[in-house]
Amino acid sequence: MTDTPRQNDGNGRRIGRRGLMLAGIQLGVVTTLALKLRSMQVEHAEQYRMLADGNSIKIRLLVPARGLIHDRNGIVIAGNEQNYRVTLTREEAGGEVEPVLRRLARLIPISDARMAELLDEFARRSAITPIVLADRLSWEQFSSIAVNAPALAGVTPESGLSRVYPRAGDLAHVLGYVGPVSDYDLSKIEDPDPVLMLPEFQLGKVGFEARMEDHLRGKAGQRRVEVNSAGREMRQLSRQEGEQGATVQMTIDARLQNYAAQRMGEESAAAVVMDVQTGDILTICSSPSFDPNKFVRGISSPDYKALMNHDHRPLADKTVQGVYPPGSTFKMVTLLAGLEAGVINAGSRFYCPGYTTAGGRRFHCWRKGGHGTVDAVTSLSHSCDVYYYELAQKVGIDRIAAMARKLGLGQRHDLPMSAVAEGIAPDRAWKQARHGQAWQVGDSLNASIGQGYVLASPLQLAVMTARIASGREIRPRLVRAIDGVQQPVPDFPVLDVNPAFLRVARLGMDEVMNSATGTARRSRIVREDWRMAGKTGTSQVRNITAAERARGVVSNDQLPWERRDHALFVCYAPYDAPRYAVSVVVEHGGGGSAVAAPVARDILLFALAGGLPPLDAVPGDQRDAMEERHNAMHLFTPEAPRLTRA
Amino acid sequence: MSYLNYSVAQTPTGLRKILYLNWPLVFLIAAVASIGFLMLVSVAGGRVETWAEPQMYRFAAGMVIMIALAFVPMWFWRGISIPAYVCCFLLLVAVELVGTIGMGAQRWIDIGPIRLQPSELMKISLVLLLAAYYDWLPQRRVSHPLWVLIPVVLILAPTGLVLIQPDLGTSIMLVAGGGIVMFAAGVSLWYFAVVIAAGVGLVATVLESRGTDWQLLKDYQFRRIDTFLDPTADPLGAGYNIIQSQIALGSGGWSGRGFMQGTQSRLNFLPEKHTDFIFTVLAEEFGFVGAMSLLGLYTLIIGFCLYSALSNRDRFAALITVGISGTFFLYFSINMATVMGMLPAKGSPLPLVSYGGTSLMILMLGFGLVQAAHVHRPR
Repeated sequence: MTDTPRQNDGNGRRIGRRGLMLAGIQLGVVTTLALKLRSMQVEHAEQYRMLADGNSIKIRLLVPARGLIHDRNGIVIAGNEQNYRVTLTREEAGGEVEPVLRRLARLIPISDARMAELLDEFARRSAITPIVLADRLSWEQFSSIAVNAPALAGVTPESGLSRVYPRAGDLAHVLGYVGPVSDYDLSKIEDPDPVLMLPEFQLGKVGFEARMEDHLRGKAGQRRVEVNSAGREMRQLSRQEGEQGATVQMTIDARLQNYAAQRMGEESAAAVVMDVQTGDILTICSSPSFDPNKFVRGISSPDYKALMNHDHRPLADKTVQGVYPPGSTFKMVTLLAGLEAGVINAGSRFYCPGYTTAGGRRFHCWRKGGHGTVDAVTSLSHSCDVYYYELAQKVGIDRIAAMARKLGLGQRHDLPMSAVAEGIAPDRAWKQARHGQAWQVGDSLNASIGQGYVLASPLQLAVMTARIASGREIRPRLVRAIDGVQQPVPDFPVLDVNPAFLRVARLGMDEVMNSATGTARRSRIVREDWRMAGKTGTSQVRNITAAERARGVVSNDQLPWERRDHALFVCYAPYDAPRYAVSVVVEHGGGGSAVAAPVARDILLFALAGGLPPLDAVPGDQRDAMEERHNAMHLFTPEAPRLTRA
Repeated sequence: MSYLNYSVAQTPTGLRKILYLNWPLVFLIAAVASIGFLMLVSVAGGRVETWAEPQMYRFAAGMVIMIALAFVPMWFWRGISIPAYVCCFLLLVAVELVGTIGMGAQRWIDIGPIRLQPSELMKISLVLLLAAYYDWLPQRRVSHPLWVLIPVVLILAPTGLVLIQPDLGTSIMLVAGGGIVMFAAGVSLWYFAVVIAAGVGLVATVLESRGTDWQLLKDYQFRRIDTFLDPTADPLGAGYNIIQSQIALGSGGWSGRGFMQGTQSRLNFLPEKHTDFIFTVLAEEFGFVGAMSLLGLYTLIIGFCLYSALSNRDRFAALITVGISGTFFLYFSINMATVMGMLPAKGSPLPLVSYGGTSLMILMLGFGLVQAAHVHRPR
């Protein structure tokens, strides 16, 4: 038997050699693969590990809880509340959101219009983006959704903190409000904190909230989360809570503020209560007000329009932003300027025939028949205009303006509020600069009784009153403590006015209230230990024309509201040891003594009494009316002060 | 000793053949497949039923097929080589016709529950036919131009059909598989040198053709080449897969991030992780140690096949073994090179590990032939 050609050894060897060559090539390839593996997994592993972590680990910021704002007694006036909301992610709902929404509509009301809006939004947005279905749910609604979660695929109940103002309108102007960050906000901030980019972050928009933003904001926390390739969060790797913003205690007394708001009612008015010794602003209240919570939640267009179109301008802060001719409340300034200049003394008298003539024009006293002979004290208590016309011609406008500035008018007091107005204490240079005209003697006469170019805010009038009452250069303040650290009360310097002259002005203010012929006698306080001094003011919104004077149409009641006089009143008490200064402006209210004085007196009484004014503090014939008023009020009566952090 | 003599006398018969199987190869295949099951569990997030379980059934069926084929004597395979080739060729033509009628690139025929991919079957048939051809061809004629031309035509005919499907990857596999058999059969190395030179020339021409009227590749195929050359140029588009795969692989480090702990695969940064990129998952979760283990097992499989071929005095059987193991080698090395960024992404499965029925069945069929060659080797 012989081998067939197929099995000859030569053939076998040949395959063997080529087979070995093949094995060698393959071994080379395998070695190359192994070397590449080694290079990637051993030599460059660190680098790839960093890339992998960068892929999957993302840092997410946590919105810090905003600092609380307390009133001087520890009552929370700006707090945080749990905001319950539900979101839906299309991907988790299995792609079809409508059946889920229909089921959800049985638990919480979803209107057909809202439903259409939501469906449209789901169609537009990515499948993994959670979309807010409903915000600010009640706890009952929220828990019913949580319980039914298994039937609502993709629906996530969430809770977060949102700003809330428990006192609603009472403090709306001073506190301001927060809101979501807008592109405009961002454009104003250099190098904005990344937390501002979070959709749920709330930024102080106006007022105290805006001015104290740095204190109130707090520090953002961090969450390290693992995300998948679609950016969906898979799990949380670590969590570091943020720091809540500082608790800021204001000088405001929420109860007094509430009383002031109630007392002013629907009037277009402003009231400021200041501590005469410390400058603490106890109340700074503008009326009518608005609910800042509506702005936090996103105010509806009709609501906003209603606020904008209201002729009493609820959105304007009349206490610091509103400036008014101070009228006769300015007379203390003119009087003190005259006394300081030495052109008159306390005993100097002028004769008031009801008018005076200066620069070829006739200037009328408010009392047609005139006041007869008037001295410094009676010039205030009777509020004689002619006295000041005569005085102004002797002392000159520049010295009056200088005194006004000494007393806190014509300057911007640095309070952490929005749009604090500077007011105007006019002098020759001012008129030249502003109007390019020379100062006329008539301008001085007008300015001497707080008309003409003079403008002051209720805050400035309160500061003026506090300075006259204390004889010190009191400056207002709103912040009492930050994070429990009391802000020091500055040692206010003694006012650069002769104390004897200040006593004359105070005596005049006392007589306004307490002399038998004082212009505001009706609004006096009858309790001797709270004896009150004050000054009325009625400022014209426009000049009375000669024709009107001829026709006799000068009564405010016969004029349309917006052309009526502003009613002003400034006061302080107790007379012997002043504690509180109050200023009240009632826009187009009419006479200061009739309209502004009772309001100011009642607010002052509340401050003195530390609660509802006792009826025996007012003249007997007013007690019934006062009681009736109190009964009609919805007063804020806080339970024990809440000092805990929410 | 005549051919008939030793065939009858010394080759095992009947059920006794099972004892003569290449058992180390069987165990190696089972070990690789088991790694596959483990990785399929991992990419399914710990669930067995998603991918691992069906794959286990398929593998069990594949094992049965492999062992059953091992019983079939070599004369049968030699006899079937021409009809099998012709059948596969006709099927390819049929697929081309169906594909023209139907969608753009249909590569399969549905026969009941089985999805038949003729190009896959052709890989085996081609090896079978070429092995038979060189078994028949006297050794001295192997390098004669005419006798070289015949196998070249046998290779290029189906390759051309596959190329117009279009399936560049399988075309290359067919050429390479046939080339390996020719190489093992002893065709002069000059021919290979010429072909490689021509190949380089062809690649240059193909690249040159881009954007002209006679563009030789589809746009997406060109983009794959671009992506391969510079994956970072388009990190979120075409380059994304390769970049993410490299990140996953490298981040595995020495010992890996742990079973089901790979962030790249678990968080879906990796595409196609149960099929083409399963090696990446292994490398990420079991690191260099795990990846090298698999590469080692593959190398051992190739080693046992080559040893079986070298020690087989039946030229036909030896060529089949070399051809099939060579195809297997191309499979895993191309897949690994691809996921490591050494070759353009081309969507090839990792043999015995990736999820998928067709490729597993073809592989087990091929190993059945290798086993048959081993069992029936002349003694």
